[in-house]
Amino acid sequence: MKTSLRLVILGGLAAIALAAMPLVGRHALPLSVLTDFGGTDPAAIIFWQIRVPRALAAFVGGAGLALGGAVFQAIFRNPLATPYTLGVASGASLGVALASRFGLSLMVAGLSTTSVAAFAGALLAIGVVWVLTRLRPELSSTTLLLAGVAMNFFFSSLILFAQYTASLGDSYRIIRWLMGGLGGVDMSTVLHMAPVVAIGGAVIIWHARELDLLATGSEIAASRGVAVAPTRTLLFLATSVMVGGVVAACGPVGFVGMMAPHICRLVVGSNHRVLLPASILFGGAFLVLCDTAARLVLFPAELPVGVITAFLGAPFFLWLLVRQVGSR
Amino acid sequence: MTGAEIVTEGLGVVLGEVEILHEVSMTVARGEFLTVIGPNGAGKSTLLRCLDGILQPSTGRVLIERRPIADFSRRELARTVSYVPQPDAGPLDYSVRSFVEMGRFPHISAWAALTEADVEAVAGAMELTGVAELADRAMSSLSGGERQRASIAAALAQGGSILLLDEPTSFLDYRHQVQILDLLDRLNHDQGLTVVAVTHDLNSTVASSDEVLALKGGRVAAIGKPADLLDAEVLAGIYETDFRLTAGGHRGLPLVLPARNGS
Repeated sequence: MKTSLRLVILGGLAAIALAAMPLVGRHALPLSVLTDFGGTDPAAIIFWQIRVPRALAAFVGGAGLALGGAVFQAIFRNPLATPYTLGVASGASLGVALASRFGLSLMVAGLSTTSVAAFAGALLAIGVVWVLTRLRPELSSTTLLLAGVAMNFFFSSLILFAQYTASLGDSYRIIRWLMGGLGGVDMSTVLHMAPVVAIGGAVIIWHARELDLLATGSEIAASRGVAVAPTRTLLFLATSVMVGGVVAACGPVGFVGMMAPHICRLVVGSNHRVLLPASILFGGAFLVLCDTAARLVLFPAELPVGVITAFLGAPFFLWLLVRQVGSR
Repeated sequence: MTGAEIVTEGLGVVLGEVEILHEVSMTVARGEFLTVIGPNGAGKSTLLRCLDGILQPSTGRVLIERRPIADFSRRELARTVSYVPQPDAGPLDYSVRSFVEMGRFPHISAWAALTEADVEAVAGAMELTGVAELADRAMSSLSGGERQRASIAAALAQGGSILLLDEPTSFLDYRHQVQILDLLDRLNHDQGLTVVAVTHDLNSTVASSDEVLALKGGRVAAIGKPADLLDAEVLAGIYETDFRLTAGGHRGLPLVLPARNGS
């Protein structure tokens, strides 16, 4: 099958997921709500004001996480690299843990304290890594990833400390946030997150050819005409801030960032002009599906979506991997 | 396509506290085939990186057609000079065609499709290097010799007039060594490319070249024709080991063998 056809099919599946998933839920909704935008009927309110924003948030968040993983795996030439590996998620988590523990109020421009604390924590982690690369420009990407892992442990210990010394209620809120979830999102969440993902995504997609070359090695990339250091710095910062924005809105949802790009590589190959759009479509659709499952599994209660992503995604990835090996 | 001239003036590279290159001055004429020899750690690869502007020298400068490469933009330089690094063990998830197409990077803007000129350059480079029939194979599935030819194809697709290669025949069996050397000869003679190759292969690669530059401890130890450098005393000075020379080498040159104790 041609790669472009596969991409079109992926696009179709993503559109179906985005359109159909908001119809699924405790209240079976009639198809007529689709045309009743802004209606006062309870079904229309559930659909347009609760489920659609939630599906959009899941799509934008999943797309951002998947793009972020694709970029980091290319610029670090390491299949395990994601912005999470370098501490974006644990930095955000630390921000939320500290804000909860000390009862900080950080409302800015209509954003919740949690979002602001998470975004600030993510920026802190990005800043630390960036300073590290400035101080020692010769650090190899493997060393940098190790430094990120060490930083993750450091942040985790601070999070555990904040949690251990917190009240039972605060402690529960911290754990609940760490699982990642879309329970509290509304249209304003989407409107805050979408521009961050759109700008980051545009920078990334504009550099698709550079990403191909960086993935083949920095010497070859430089020799083919890529300004390696500035390009890597730009991609690193744009991607980290984008993923920081997603984590601030959705919590540190795992699995999507690392595995969605690999799943897409198995389906459409490694060419970034195809891989990046595929990651957007698959990452987005996958998180929409997982979030729908999260709403239904423990019905009438809700499961955090972070619990679902790896549970559904890991077996799917293993199946693709085995099928791929078998066909060689 | 005609080759371009490369001149280095007092090139010096210091990394950390270590001096890698010291006052290296040389000229590679248009269309010349220069080999760079010397012991491990002599600064050969560092010299190549300076010639391609991947590494900024600490002192001195590199000029291409009398123009300092610091004045070239990264893309402009890539349209003139291309570089085939030592084979990388890293996984390469791309097809041969995609990999060779990446050589057109300095000629195309971000999302523009390949032009007819791009497609022709890619096809021509794959034809010349004999990888056309491998176009749809994954780079990671190729043998060492095929992979080296695909790497050279990608460098040729850049359309430059100077080709730099780092140990192009190392790790290859004899048949593939001969294939690569024949290819370099054709690129040098028929296409008129200026070729600079780092090598340890004195009998084939050095014997095929026009000029030889020997580096030792980051300094120029000798420079001259292959006939001048393929000499027991000169080589012993460069490599700090004894050599035995016999008749019967390529182009009437002697055959060189490192001598072992008692031989």
